[in-house]
Amino acid sequence: MNSEVTSHGTVDPLGIRVYDSHGFFDEMFAAPGHPRPGVEFLVERLESLPLGELQRRQRAADHELLNMGITFNVYGHASGTEKIWPFDLIPRVMLEREWLYVESGLKQRIRALNMFIDDMYHEQRIVKDGVMPEYMIASSKGYLKQLHGMNPPKGIWCHITGTDLVRGADGQIYVLEDNLRCPSGVSYVIENREVMKRTFPQLFEGHNILPVETYPEQLLKMLQFVAPASVRDPNVVVLTPGIYNSAYFEHCFLAQQMGVELVQGPDLVVKDGYVCMRTTKGLQRVDVIYRRIDDDFLDPEVLRPDSSLGVRGLMDVYRSGRVALVNAPGTGVADDKAVYAYVPKMIEYYLSESMILPNVPTYMCADEDQRRYVLDHLHELVIKPANESGGYGILLGPKATREQLDKYRHLIQENPRNYVAQPMLALSTVPTLCGDTLEGRHVDLRPYILYGEDIYIVPGGLTRVALVKGSLVVNSSQGGGSKDTWVLREES
Amino acid sequence: MLSRVADSIFWMRRYTERAENVARFIDVTLNLTLGLGDHLDYQWEALVYTTGDQERFFELYQNVSQENVIRFLTFDEQNANSILACLQYARENARQSREMLSSQMWEELNKFYLFVRDSRNDPRAIDSPFEFFTKVRQFGYLIDGVVSGTMSHGEAWNFGRLGAMLERADKTSRILDVKYFLLLPSVSDVGTSIDISQWGMLLKSASALEMYRRRFGRLSPKLVAAFLLLDRDFPRAVRFCITRAERSLLSITGGSPGNFRNRPEQLLGRLRAELEFLDIDEVMQEGLHDFIDGFQGKLNAIGDAVHEMFFEVQVA
Repeated sequence: MNSEVTSHGTVDPLGIRVYDSHGFFDEMFAAPGHPRPGVEFLVERLESLPLGELQRRQRAADHELLNMGITFNVYGHASGTEKIWPFDLIPRVMLEREWLYVESGLKQRIRALNMFIDDMYHEQRIVKDGVMPEYMIASSKGYLKQLHGMNPPKGIWCHITGTDLVRGADGQIYVLEDNLRCPSGVSYVIENREVMKRTFPQLFEGHNILPVETYPEQLLKMLQFVAPASVRDPNVVVLTPGIYNSAYFEHCFLAQQMGVELVQGPDLVVKDGYVCMRTTKGLQRVDVIYRRIDDDFLDPEVLRPDSSLGVRGLMDVYRSGRVALVNAPGTGVADDKAVYAYVPKMIEYYLSESMILPNVPTYMCADEDQRRYVLDHLHELVIKPANESGGYGILLGPKATREQLDKYRHLIQENPRNYVAQPMLALSTVPTLCGDTLEGRHVDLRPYILYGEDIYIVPGGLTRVALVKGSLVVNSSQGGGSKDTWVLREES
Repeated sequence: MLSRVADSIFWMRRYTERAENVARFIDVTLNLTLGLGDHLDYQWEALVYTTGDQERFFELYQNVSQENVIRFLTFDEQNANSILACLQYARENARQSREMLSSQMWEELNKFYLFVRDSRNDPRAIDSPFEFFTKVRQFGYLIDGVVSGTMSHGEAWNFGRLGAMLERADKTSRILDVKYFLLLPSVSDVGTSIDISQWGMLLKSASALEMYRRRFGRLSPKLVAAFLLLDRDFPRAVRFCITRAERSLLSITGGSPGNFRNRPEQLLGRLRAELEFLDIDEVMQEGLHDFIDGFQGKLNAIGDAVHEMFFEVQVA
């Protein structure tokens, strides 16, 4: 087996000394037996654990998560509809110096995206100047023409963004996609850290790991900042679709940590031009809504008439500037994988800067030459629908069957605008407890970005891990788990 | 606070209180039937009547036995008032209002629920139930403690206490009603040791025996009724519960005692005053059963008025 036996008995029962990521870029090891600079202490601590210790703590952590009720809901899943999201105890570590680079790249990106969205709802200069083709806008699903000319409070559209990052075989961190609608998962960042501290305090000892617990404070500060200008002490609420939504735990958690009300559609009503909530003392005005329901469901009068999740008349109040919505409706215009491909150009166009954190190379099926390349190389590429989230509708070329390839070939030819293609990335790995030893599992990283008075990014973010051997799919609905993410301040 | 959330907290506390009371009833019946020989199924039958769910019981079970009754009252999800069902509702209500609760409170309630749920298929819970029901009771104390120790005693807490106190008043009156009915007719037993132990058990099921002893000393049916209904200081006595319920209501509305500005204040104030100025002999004259029947009707009316006033806000 992997463990070595010496005169002192079994040492390194987890086999970390012989851990091998099989050619993938590993976040902890430069090569088998050679930890990356800065994480040696962690490897030493893991190595010196007695047999079964990590497993025991892993069970304690699982138990803790169950007791804390940190669960997500699965549609169509019986028995209480709640499941624990698997959590692996081995943290993913990033040195602060690299984090600062990532952070500066994300800030640049978010500023450009916000300017792009604002431009889309005003003059559309970027199209008029020929930087982006017009059909991109005309065909965008996330574009809400009702909001043309809208000026949201403080000019901010994308208040909360979760940007997915991956590290390729070359060691470079790439931006994979921007989630600008209602990105979820930040509560796991905070709870993972808490569970980690409760169950494995020894791992932290003597090291300076940047805190993530300040997120709710920063979130509240941002929400208050974007309140309508005339309001002095804004009443902030979180709007949830309800207990059956897969992220209900997070909605509760954020409302609780900020100390604001968690409301559902039927709790709100529009009266005399304002949004109000039904309270035990009658109706009370609401100034800022952190909404966790999609644009389509916000207001049955304007958007989807069959929605019971939203509030009738909400969009009128919003347009008249008497309530702030976070994220602003219509932000989805930038949450589109075809628009994503233009972010490098946006950064040049709006900021006159060059992109700090690169995109993954992306082929636009709408472009004839690129489409031809994609159709010829389908079996090597990842095909993504431009307007889906949660990993739905993605085709992994190298793993697809002949029928699947043919189906996508057909879909692309039918609606080229709706598809983009990217090379298959060899995502980096992190040692993960699998049975009795550590094996490499692929990870991504989702930092959460708040755009208010300034831009704040929670240090690190959510590391999602594909727990199935060899899998590259990290989504919670498809066999993914998570890890604590440490941004490690180096000793000076 | 939000009407929907107030509603949830009110019911969350009612349901945890109900679950604890059911465990308390079972615990005491177990005590009572031990060492008294066989043929004590009538004690278990009485227990089913205490909860008021006798019809449901006989729909689901052929005969009364210790095992059937414990199963019905503890784990049967088809019984909406079983401990497990109550905790499910309590937890669903807590989920609806989770952002208002302290995380410790949610965690303890969640553990409480998971403990009972996981004991469902554990034969020990039925075979040697003392440990199990002791643990359930301990969880009940834990919930009380964590609510009182970690939640601001503001509006949300007051809605919770209002719910818990109305529920407790109802449960104490029920146990008195059924046990009294069961114990009193057996004239031949009066003064025997069985009789004494029965009255002692009645008090014990409300954790009231020691406190009763301090107040009245020897056991007498009338004084037991007086203690459980009208005592001012005992925390499970009906009058105590109603007084505290009214305090919570007035904290919520900002009203003052001796006046009323709305229906819940009027009904609860009237009931509190009645209990304060009532004599146990008058209760006995009216007939204890009729009195308790009337009392439960008033409790229901208060529950309805609270619902209309706070939980169903009309947009004018």
